[in-house]
Amino acid sequence: MKELLLDALHNEALVYTLMAFVPLAWVVPFALFAVWWERKISAHMQDRLGPMRTGGWHGWAQTIADILKLIQKEDIIPAAADRKLYILAPYLVFAGSYAAYAAIPFSAAYVGAGINIGLFYVISISSLVVVGLLMAGWASNNKWSLFGAMRSAAQIVSYEVPVALAILAVVMVSGSFDLQEINRQQAGWFWHWFVFQKFPFLFGALLIYFVASLAEVNRTPFDIPEAESELVAGYHTEYGGMRFALLFLSEYANMFAVSAIASTLFFGGWNSPFGEALAGPVWGLFWFLTKGMAFIFVQMWLRWTLPRLRVDQLMYVGWKVLIPFSFVIVLGVGFWVMALR
Amino acid sequence: MVTYFRDIWDGLVTVLIGMKVTWRHLFTPAVTIQYPDVKLKLPERARNRLYVNMDDCIGCDQCSAACPVDCITIETIKSTPDVDLGLTSVGTKKRLYVPVFDIDIAKCCYCALCVYPCPTECIKMTDVYEFSEFERENLIYRFATMTPAEADSARTKLATYEKEQAAKKAAAAAAAAKVALPAPRPAPPAGAPASPAQPPPAAPPTPPEQKG
Repeated sequence: MKELLLDALHNEALVYTLMAFVPLAWVVPFALFAVWWERKISAHMQDRLGPMRTGGWHGWAQTIADILKLIQKEDIIPAAADRKLYILAPYLVFAGSYAAYAAIPFSAAYVGAGINIGLFYVISISSLVVVGLLMAGWASNNKWSLFGAMRSAAQIVSYEVPVALAILAVVMVSGSFDLQEINRQQAGWFWHWFVFQKFPFLFGALLIYFVASLAEVNRTPFDIPEAESELVAGYHTEYGGMRFALLFLSEYANMFAVSAIASTLFFGGWNSPFGEALAGPVWGLFWFLTKGMAFIFVQMWLRWTLPRLRVDQLMYVGWKVLIPFSFVIVLGVGFWVMALR
Repeated sequence: MVTYFRDIWDGLVTVLIGMKVTWRHLFTPAVTIQYPDVKLKLPERARNRLYVNMDDCIGCDQCSAACPVDCITIETIKSTPDVDLGLTSVGTKKRLYVPVFDIDIAKCCYCALCVYPCPTECIKMTDVYEFSEFERENLIYRFATMTPAEADSARTKLATYEKEQAAKKAAAAAAAAKVALPAPRPAPPAGAPASPAQPPPAAPPTPPEQKG
């Protein structure tokens, strides 16, 4: 895609800017859609209907109306807040979650930056988010915000370890950090996908990755950083208007980022499940987004199924369950790869 | 160690059980009733807005007396014998004009105590419950069908009728006194103190009956 654009426009700076904005063209509509979708799913799981009126068909324009409202809202900065950090934090959070999209392969023809340590980059750059969250919580000068931010930091630090180890298992199988290379290795029918390889180790890795990624993006049952019932809204309690919208957008961007990584690592990314049938760059985009949205659906499904964990339970699950199991998986995959080379 | 693994297993299994429940409910029809579009049928004896059928009202004031919050205001004017106000649908003869029949529905507590005493069943609860207003004055429902002009003419008619009646009565009393006087005339010298049979010389004209 980059080569195509370079040929057409002959202007490197313009091409790189365009390339940088491509994921945004997906992330923003996705966030608008996902908020509506989440409300509909939660409603139907509780035998309700959810938004039904705005826009006509099943309230499809509800989030558009919401974002228009948020744009119009007064920009309030608390008097006791640390002004500079308070303003900076939402940008940093969104920058962190959007930067991860640079290495996510949307299709065989499009990846923002085809770097050979793509996976490593995604894991490390998404840690920038926690800095932003802590900044937001601290700068708000509010007990709830600070509690939320501290919990968020503790949670992400704990759950980065099982995420990294689960990813390491995949990397040992593929032998590459390059997400496009990982995708190419899963080409063919769906049983070539990594989730079905080295059974049951990589399936376990998927479970561990998925559970830990829920914690990383602060989704229920690990949403203690923004536990509505105890912390009002956690780190973004004091944020309103577009600043709040930006934090919310990055939350949904993060959700899709971890889903995209999960589908790339374990479900073949942009590969068609049917071998050569329905393959190609455009179909690739379709399969990639479909798989990502399927993970988003599971995240929402879990959110409206499970209650929130207590802080100590969260730490128990992270340190005493996920990390030992991910070590076992890493060892198992390692021996398998070495022994059956 | 065994409990450790069992806890993990239970954790996974119970999550799946919970997910099964929510998955089933995802396809259960919603219980939501989309109110302005869909309205449930009210129970047969639901108590909502009051309605008064003025054709049947005889102005007996029993509903107003029964009302625990005094939200019904009724004024009546007696009709003169020469007018026929007609019958109600249950065959009661109407004898009173009802120039004012106001129900302040904002005060109404929907107890329906006014409905039971009505002899002609003209005040009743309807199934209308959407009657919010921006001005509280609009919640005072005026059921009276008489125009003020008609009420005034009825009043003056009654006043003149009563004056006539009073005059007639006075004349009759005077006549009676004239007739009666000769008989007791011999008595006063006998010194009978104020006989009770003696009527007053002239009845004071009664003011026209007007209930407030």
